[in-house]
Amino acid sequence: MQALFSMLIVAACAMFATANTVSAQDAETEKAIEKYRAMLREDPWSNPGLLDADRGEALWKTARGPSKASLEKCDLGKGPGIVDGAFAELPRYFDDAKQVMDVEARLLWCMEKLQGFTRADVVKRIHPGGGAPVKELGAIATWIANKSSGMKFAAKFDKPQEKEVVAVGDNLFHRRSGPFDFSCSTCHAAEGLRIRLQGLPFLENKEAAKKVVGEWPAYRVSSTHVMTMQHRMYDCYWQMRMPELEMGSDVSVALIAYLTKNAEGGEINAPGLKR
Amino acid sequence: MKKTTLLIAAFVVGITSAAWSQQKPAVDPAKVDAMVKKAFPGAPEDWAPRLSQDETMKVCSATGNSPPKAQADAIMKRERASIEYPADGKFVGDWKKGEALAQNGYGMRFTDYPPARATGGNCYACHQISAKELSYGTLGPSLQQYGKLRDFKEAEAKILYEKIYNSHATIPCSNMPRFGSNKILTIDQIKDAVALLMDPESPINK
Repeated sequence: MQALFSMLIVAACAMFATANTVSAQDAETEKAIEKYRAMLREDPWSNPGLLDADRGEALWKTARGPSKASLEKCDLGKGPGIVDGAFAELPRYFDDAKQVMDVEARLLWCMEKLQGFTRADVVKRIHPGGGAPVKELGAIATWIANKSSGMKFAAKFDKPQEKEVVAVGDNLFHRRSGPFDFSCSTCHAAEGLRIRLQGLPFLENKEAAKKVVGEWPAYRVSSTHVMTMQHRMYDCYWQMRMPELEMGSDVSVALIAYLTKNAEGGEINAPGLKR
Repeated sequence: MKKTTLLIAAFVVGITSAAWSQQKPAVDPAKVDAMVKKAFPGAPEDWAPRLSQDETMKVCSATGNSPPKAQADAIMKRERASIEYPADGKFVGDWKKGEALAQNGYGMRFTDYPPARATGGNCYACHQISAKELSYGTLGPSLQQYGKLRDFKEAEAKILYEKIYNSHATIPCSNMPRFGSNKILTIDQIKDAVALLMDPESPINK
């Protein structure tokens, strides 16, 4: 009996020690990353994503595409050419397109209608590989998001079409599929979980969503480029063992609408900076 | 005082989310299925099944992974029926191969297509296993001392084999992939994973 008892104590101590070492190590890693982020905040111009935002601004103003037109007449929801604060009110329903669109789906629409680009050509290989810079559309989206930085997410989602898209996004978030039976909620439905050492945001939780959603588009240190929200959705489905998600598809827009609704009132801080 | 604040906070959060769920329009599952089919163009032909859901996925998705008893029983029965057992009747393979399998996250992504090598189990993505591996996930429970805690019983090796082969046979709407039934891992690979947890020689039981 006594032997068993001491064995239990030894086992408990060992478990405690292991857990302690690991959490101490995790805390150290987190501290280092937080220090890095704090340094970047001290110098807001040190985020390389801002270079892409500048590139995006120039691209917005440049006559491009078969129609040799700029995007300066593109209506992001607040009227043609109005960029300041437009991102904070997206996604929204657009009468001309008869669709709910996020910033990237809207840019795709404007590139098609104003500049004469073919949708299929634009969406083909739209996301950059590791090390390559964000593509044109993503750079423009980064600039537009940056022009709402410091504002709060305030998309209204009051039209029936908008409410429906958010509900579809909610449904998709919980929809299990693929050979691994994964849904978004497999990884993002609770607080404090990790894959290996990577922390996973609890995206169904409004407070957690408010903290992270406003950081996208974000400069990703590990892949040395800006990753847009559409790219982020594509990357999650890649990990879920699903096929390639089409940029600007109803599925990606619905998920972005759902996440933005959850992040309502959260501050936009784009481009953010990620691992 | 603190408790009251917490209770009030919980109450307010409850109301807000209840109000939100009330104004959520009902979603037609057929419409979502059609959207999904359109959103992943260019998928290889044999990937078509990835776009639709089988009965178990449908029930788990619709019930937030907490199916009522009748549905839970139906899932367990159906999923158990899909389990294939090793021809030699042995459940414990090679723990060293099991450790390599647990570390390996290769396979089944579109960048792994067509497959260049065997698919991994990627167990460490979600589970703490060997004490030596500090980079582990926490989506699943810790598996340290798994075999030792079960006295290395043979019956436990079989239960574990079944859990890895098809977790829903034991825990309906489990988050863990159905490694055997969904043809992610072979029977031999599953035996190696069982060995990593159940072999007395495995470092996880030391």
